[in-house]
Amino acid sequence: MSEPWWVSVIKALVIINLVLLTFAYTTLLERKLLARMQLRFGPNRAGPYGLLQPIADLVKLVRKESFFPTAAIDAPYILAPVVSAFTALAAFAVIPFGNGWNIWRYHVNGVVANVPISLILIFALGSIGIYGFIVGGWASESKYSLLGSMRTCAQLVSYEVSLALSVLGVVITAGSLSLVQIVHNQAHSLWYVVPQAVGFLVFLISGVAETSRAPFDLPEAEQELVAGYHTEYSGMRWGLFQMAEYVNMITLSGLAITLFLGGWHFPFAHGVDFLGPLWFFVKLLALLFAFIWLRATLPRLRYDQLMSFGWKILLPVATVNALVTALVVVWAN
Amino acid sequence: MAVAAQSGRADPIYAGTRIPSPIPTQLDVDPAVRGTDDILTVNFGPNHPSTHGVLRLVVDLDGEIVVGIAAKVGYVHTGFEKNMEQKSWWKAITYAPRIDYLAYQANELVFVLAIEKLLGLEVPPKATWMRMLLAELNRIHSHLVWLGTAALELGAISMFWYTFREREMVLDLSELVAGYRMHTRYFQTGGLAEDIPAGFYPECRKFVEWMPKAIADYDGLLQKNEIWGERTRGLGLLNRADAIALGQTGPVLRASGVDWDLRRDDPYLFYDRVRFRVPVLPHGDTYDRYRVRIEEMRASVEIVEQCLDRLERMVGEPWIADDRKVVLPPREELHTSMESLIHHFKIVTEGYRVPEGEVYVAVESPRGELGCYVVSDGGTRPWRVKFRAPSFAALEATATTVQGAYIADLIAIVGSLDTVMGEVDR
Repeated sequence: MSEPWWVSVIKALVIINLVLLTFAYTTLLERKLLARMQLRFGPNRAGPYGLLQPIADLVKLVRKESFFPTAAIDAPYILAPVVSAFTALAAFAVIPFGNGWNIWRYHVNGVVANVPISLILIFALGSIGIYGFIVGGWASESKYSLLGSMRTCAQLVSYEVSLALSVLGVVITAGSLSLVQIVHNQAHSLWYVVPQAVGFLVFLISGVAETSRAPFDLPEAEQELVAGYHTEYSGMRWGLFQMAEYVNMITLSGLAITLFLGGWHFPFAHGVDFLGPLWFFVKLLALLFAFIWLRATLPRLRYDQLMSFGWKILLPVATVNALVTALVVVWAN
Repeated sequence: MAVAAQSGRADPIYAGTRIPSPIPTQLDVDPAVRGTDDILTVNFGPNHPSTHGVLRLVVDLDGEIVVGIAAKVGYVHTGFEKNMEQKSWWKAITYAPRIDYLAYQANELVFVLAIEKLLGLEVPPKATWMRMLLAELNRIHSHLVWLGTAALELGAISMFWYTFREREMVLDLSELVAGYRMHTRYFQTGGLAEDIPAGFYPECRKFVEWMPKAIADYDGLLQKNEIWGERTRGLGLLNRADAIALGQTGPVLRASGVDWDLRRDDPYLFYDRVRFRVPVLPHGDTYDRYRVRIEEMRASVEIVEQCLDRLERMVGEPWIADDRKVVLPPREELHTSMESLIHHFKIVTEGYRVPEGEVYVAVESPRGELGCYVVSDGGTRPWRVKFRAPSFAALEATATTVQGAYIADLIAIVGSLDTVMGEVDR
């Protein structure tokens, strides 16, 4: 169903701010949860229960000097975080979060941009976002940044292959590349996490690697590379990189929910579809919690182990999964 | 050892020796590629998140692989040994624990033992048992700090807080006994500085009961973790012959399959009167060094327990030798006895005299053989003090152990050698 263009603009503004808010409070959630798992309290000075901490962080970052290394290459150094942050935010536009509502005389879709090839768009934007990380590290002219960049490059490129292949099963089953269509298909059938359990697992693992989260946080392994590709960044430029990472994590969780966990649907509650965003958010929180839990528990993999795991285990599994799914679908028809 | 049997691994250790002659302290880049664009030279430290203080490693990298390494030390050289020559004997004791700030009790012990050996002073049994107990608590403390930081370096961030929870308990016990959490200066020439406070035994019992459970928790988080195994097994290899040639001691040596522990093989204090296991593992890798330290913590808990059994029956016994030439007289006598007042004045101002001679005393510190060589010219100050620092020896193994390692391994391997930079530089 179509909607007037100005509704889309308003919605885009609302969603982008909601995503940014979620990002800000994900950092707080992460710090709080990690702290609780590590016998600490976490931030509790700014506001009640530390609730104003993200805002304090933001104010600090904005006011802080954005240090600029003399040796850095100007334009790429400045543009890199912008590219990363932009693509990260843009990718969320195609994630459906509700069934759509009729408000007064207008229809409002449950997605910012309903594109028929939204899945491909997400991967494309993700790939452009990687340039930000690579170029930023390279343009800093620092050895640690360069090492971090190299790692990021190798890791993201290899895991993106498995990531794309792992969703192929869902695409074949649903017969569509549109995320909205995929969610609709799950409304009255089993969520795809059941028939595509292998795909879901591969997706989650490569997703963790794709967002450089523990145990795959090699690009910024503090104990080895100080801060990886953003070693030479400070102030809000660093903040943009950080934002890109967290928003990527949120988008990826959103994608997992859309593809495998029934999107905005909730089991046994079809009558309350207007509450879609709420269910979506609950699922999002659950996945984010899993991300944070992993970080608190697992040691980091080594570079070569990460590579061999990606190419020798995940990729074959994802390929076989896609092939088997295709065969089953053809045979069933 | 039961542990070695459990792991069931083939022996991955290299044959022959990896040490060229003369023994190098650094690993040099192959001249064929030196200076080419393929090699990236990076400074790890002196300010780096995981260099255990201020160690500077100049690392040559070929991609992610370490092809050359040189450890630069001396950033925290404080001149402890020289300073000790300027202080009277009993003041110099204060300096010893600050050398290795994690094994503070062991350093204090070795210097006090050296003085007592020169003096020929007999120490009451209660003091000896207490010294043993504190030395073992200190070993647990040191290994806990090592375990937490080593796990942190491999990305298992939560371990740090879990180990520091138990470390806190040890420090609380120190505080209960001596009033200080670290660098207690509780060991006095002739015994202990004060009597053991009444509340100490039950508190220590609680700790002894808690600690094995905590160690089981660590095992649950690390040993049963596949990634931890992958990151530590077969890395940082050091075989038996090389370990001995490089002068390794302590856990590093025992993880290379050499069954050598001063506590058992050259007993000091009352180590010949307690039962404890000395863990020895054959593979000489990072994983075995980790296992050895874990098992040592268990053994230390057993020793602490046995010390407690003895100490609890010794209430009321003297805690310091009765030698007025060396030991401060009891405070209350100062108001009634002229003799005591003179002794007190002499010891505090001039210090006691130690007979001419030289001694070498070695104890098993958490890092290995901690030796103290002291020369006295018969005066009130040491003429020369020299410590044999196990950390320094461990650091010499860096070049041999990191051959062909990845950067990530480099961090894990240097961590597994457990060097304390304060002790290396002194």
